[in-house]
Amino acid sequence: MVQGYVHSLESFGSVDGPGVRYVIFLAGCAMRCQFCHNPDTWNMQTGTPYTADELLEKAMRYRSYWGENGGITVSGGEPLLQIDFLIELFRKAKEQGIHTTLDTSGNPFTREEPFFGKFQELMQYTDLFLLDIKQIDDEQHKILTGCTNQNILDLAGYLSDEKKPVWIRHVLVPQRSDNDEYLDRLRAFLDTLQNVERVEVLPYHTLGVYKWKELGLSYPLEGIDPPTKERIENAKEKLRTRTV
Amino acid sequence: MAQFEQWNGFKGKDWKNSVDVRSFIQDNYTVYEGDEAFLAEPTEATHKLWGKLQELQKEERAKGGVLDMETEVVSGLTAYGPGYISEELKDMEKVVGLQTDKPLKRAFMPYGGINMAEQACTTYGYQPSEKLHEIFTKYHKTHNQGVFDIYTPEMKKARHNKIITGLPDTYGRGRIVGDYRRVALYGIDFLIEKKQYDFERYARHGMKGTDFRLREEIADQIRALKEMKEMAAVYGFDISEPAKDAREAVQWLYFGYLAAIKTQNGAAMSVGRISTFLDVYIERDLENGTLTEAEAQELIDHLVMKFRMVKFARVPSYNELFSGDPVWATLEVAGLGQDGRSMVTKNDYRFLHTLENMGPSPEPNLTVLYSSRLPENFKKYAAYISVQTSSIQYENDDVMRPVWGDDYSICCCVSATQTGKEIQFFGARANLAKCLLYAINGGVDEKSKAQVGPAYRPITSEYLDFDEVMERYDDMMEWLSKLYVDTLNMIHYMHDKYYYEAAEMALIDTDVRRTFATGIAGFSHVIDSLSAIKYAKVKPIRDENGLAVDFEIEGDFPRYGNDDDRADDIAIWLLKTFMHKLNKCHTYRNSEPTTSILTITSNVVYGKATGSLPDGRKAGEPLAPGANPSYGAEKNGLLASLNSVAKLPYELALDGISNTQTISPDTIGHDDEERKNNLVQVMDGYFDQGAHHLNVNVFGTDKLIDAMEHPEKPEYANFTIRVSGYAVKFIDLTREQQLDVIARTCHDRM
Repeated sequence: MVQGYVHSLESFGSVDGPGVRYVIFLAGCAMRCQFCHNPDTWNMQTGTPYTADELLEKAMRYRSYWGENGGITVSGGEPLLQIDFLIELFRKAKEQGIHTTLDTSGNPFTREEPFFGKFQELMQYTDLFLLDIKQIDDEQHKILTGCTNQNILDLAGYLSDEKKPVWIRHVLVPQRSDNDEYLDRLRAFLDTLQNVERVEVLPYHTLGVYKWKELGLSYPLEGIDPPTKERIENAKEKLRTRTV
Repeated sequence: MAQFEQWNGFKGKDWKNSVDVRSFIQDNYTVYEGDEAFLAEPTEATHKLWGKLQELQKEERAKGGVLDMETEVVSGLTAYGPGYISEELKDMEKVVGLQTDKPLKRAFMPYGGINMAEQACTTYGYQPSEKLHEIFTKYHKTHNQGVFDIYTPEMKKARHNKIITGLPDTYGRGRIVGDYRRVALYGIDFLIEKKQYDFERYARHGMKGTDFRLREEIADQIRALKEMKEMAAVYGFDISEPAKDAREAVQWLYFGYLAAIKTQNGAAMSVGRISTFLDVYIERDLENGTLTEAEAQELIDHLVMKFRMVKFARVPSYNELFSGDPVWATLEVAGLGQDGRSMVTKNDYRFLHTLENMGPSPEPNLTVLYSSRLPENFKKYAAYISVQTSSIQYENDDVMRPVWGDDYSICCCVSATQTGKEIQFFGARANLAKCLLYAINGGVDEKSKAQVGPAYRPITSEYLDFDEVMERYDDMMEWLSKLYVDTLNMIHYMHDKYYYEAAEMALIDTDVRRTFATGIAGFSHVIDSLSAIKYAKVKPIRDENGLAVDFEIEGDFPRYGNDDDRADDIAIWLLKTFMHKLNKCHTYRNSEPTTSILTITSNVVYGKATGSLPDGRKAGEPLAPGANPSYGAEKNGLLASLNSVAKLPYELALDGISNTQTISPDTIGHDDEERKNNLVQVMDGYFDQGAHHLNVNVFGTDKLIDAMEHPEKPEYANFTIRVSGYAVKFIDLTREQQLDVIARTCHDRM
């Protein structure tokens, strides 16, 4: 039986998908986002192994809080790195009628096999995607995350074609992504999608800086403050979603 | 069958034959399932009066917490002429009546104990009257003196070392809720008639001491009822007959409550379940066209303003226990009837709306009797008010209704009693964490080094052995429970004798049921300590006399508050074991023993008096409040913590299981709409599992720190937070308690 490597568990999540949710943070991520507030989730080897049944048993302890719209959210790290485990977890969750949300950066996405076939299966068991688009400009994206955004935008387009509900998340980092030109371009891209239920602007914060230090890493955004209220409002206004 | 023209339009007849307010409510109330859109804004009169009252509160704070104090007059029903919030505005007051002759002036109440009453005066710079001193030391005994006359040396020692603590032996025991609605529905004359009937009915052949006591009590009750009429007459009202309309009903009911707070300074002076009752009168007037919604809201606003004004003269040691000047004017809304109908009326909305019309406030202690089956609109409105004001608490009607019926009141912080049918003897709490140290140290107190408990063999091994500790702990709890109940029996005997609650008991059935409410402090620490001993290795650090004064823990262990049965099963064992020991004791007046897991703010003082514990908590640090998990123990988020508390069976702690949680606004949702919906989900999930109580705070730690550093900012003047069992203005807490509140887990996630 395939096991998942878990970074941590949170019994009360209410901002990672609709309603009250049990949030499973999987370990492991290939991106190296400069603003990452959980660098301790990068290494998959540090995770605790669980089977899907074990996690679902834990999650089900909270079913009475979920009501009609709550459920489970798998976040990370980057959960798609453990896609075999995800398929098993979400398949079993759907068997029990649990609402499933996947919070992903989209970074592992590709239309190559064997990944693509697995992803198509996962789609059957996933009710909602939370997809991060960290930077619309590919060059800037590489600076910010160490990776290209082309496959991420491709995933966004694919989910749109498949009419899968998506919440887009965008971390607003001064000097990196908080720039009207980029925001306008992101908005233009979002307008091409048919499936966006919501766009969330997540203001960059510095609460995770200490973790970089604990891991002996130097913090790349040293000296950059969180965005001002005005800039957050500006980004929200620019990215405000049209009702689908 | 009695008949009054004031009852025209009311249905049913059971309540006309005998005093039965519950039947009246069930026969006449109107369920409301709509939303809050009908609610009215404050009237000009409300604005002006509340403005004046806020000025007075500001002045009170500037004067160190007391605006004015009586020294010459002993408080009583007819001790004063009329008093108003302000002479110029008195015609605007839709509900009148003060405890003394001036607003916020504290009465002199010596019957609980003259020393305390005098110390309360001198603490705030007032000179107590020499004449009253002479009367209450030379000619009239007080409750406090009575108790200390008969305490055993062992009891005094246990009290002094604070293994039993917070005892109501120096002030009023409180927690008795008169059925103040009876004054409105029946008028005083009818109630006197019924009490006179009881007086005759209870005459038996061969009467003895207990019969004499009852006859004297009924005579005192009848006298109190007569004095209530005089008290109302001072304000120009004749309350002999039933109230004829909503305004009179509110006023009559308030006079009943005023009688209680003029005569007793109990630790808790609850108002009770009045909302649905008053709605019947308001609905009748609205239908007749004699009252508008704005006027209805004004009545409720003015009544609540009066509840916000209740004051008692307290001493510093009391304030340390119960910080922030609370009176527990607890008042309930919502709940379901035995027939399954929701008891939510428009008036339940009006009471919650007072927190919008006049801002947040700790009093009255607004309590929502919760069920997931309440109307969705009401649940959401209550959750919205929680998110905005952090001023209300929730208690599970689904677990209380089977035990107490559908007309119970909350008589202090969280404990239920059937309104008008039942009272409880308040018994503070036993420190079970200290008791565990006594078990390890052979009855020697770890702080004073005195032999307080029985000199059983101490534990001398290098590492604590779980089975050995459990055996010793069981013996020590046996001793403590017996001593504790014996002590409380003495207290309540003397309270009945020297400080009997005649006015409140006059509004309760003569054939009253009594519960005997004990309590537990240090709950979470005992669980985690026993878990550490069982699942990790705990090595006592002993002083030169061999006393364990600290502990070293090797390895990890499960902690209460993570939905982990290994720890949570210990919690259930502890509660059950202590309760069963209490059940073995004889209790005063054949009362039924219950217990609570509720500390109020006293967790700080109790912690100061308790040495280091095997769970890693250091000497002097605050204990966790109520049934809350310990500081820093919760590792899996809010719901895991709630699940642990929800496992405690309510039937083993019928006096209540208090849980206080703070959630940062960003954690509970993106906007107010989401926040209220998610909070409803949390409460549905928690209470559907059979949990008893939840205090809900919605704010971040940063706000608390700013309020502590800048109490002068106007936005913090009424900043209210829920603490174990009540609400308090944050800036009224001592700095120590503020730090304690800040240190507690705030559920907050990056």
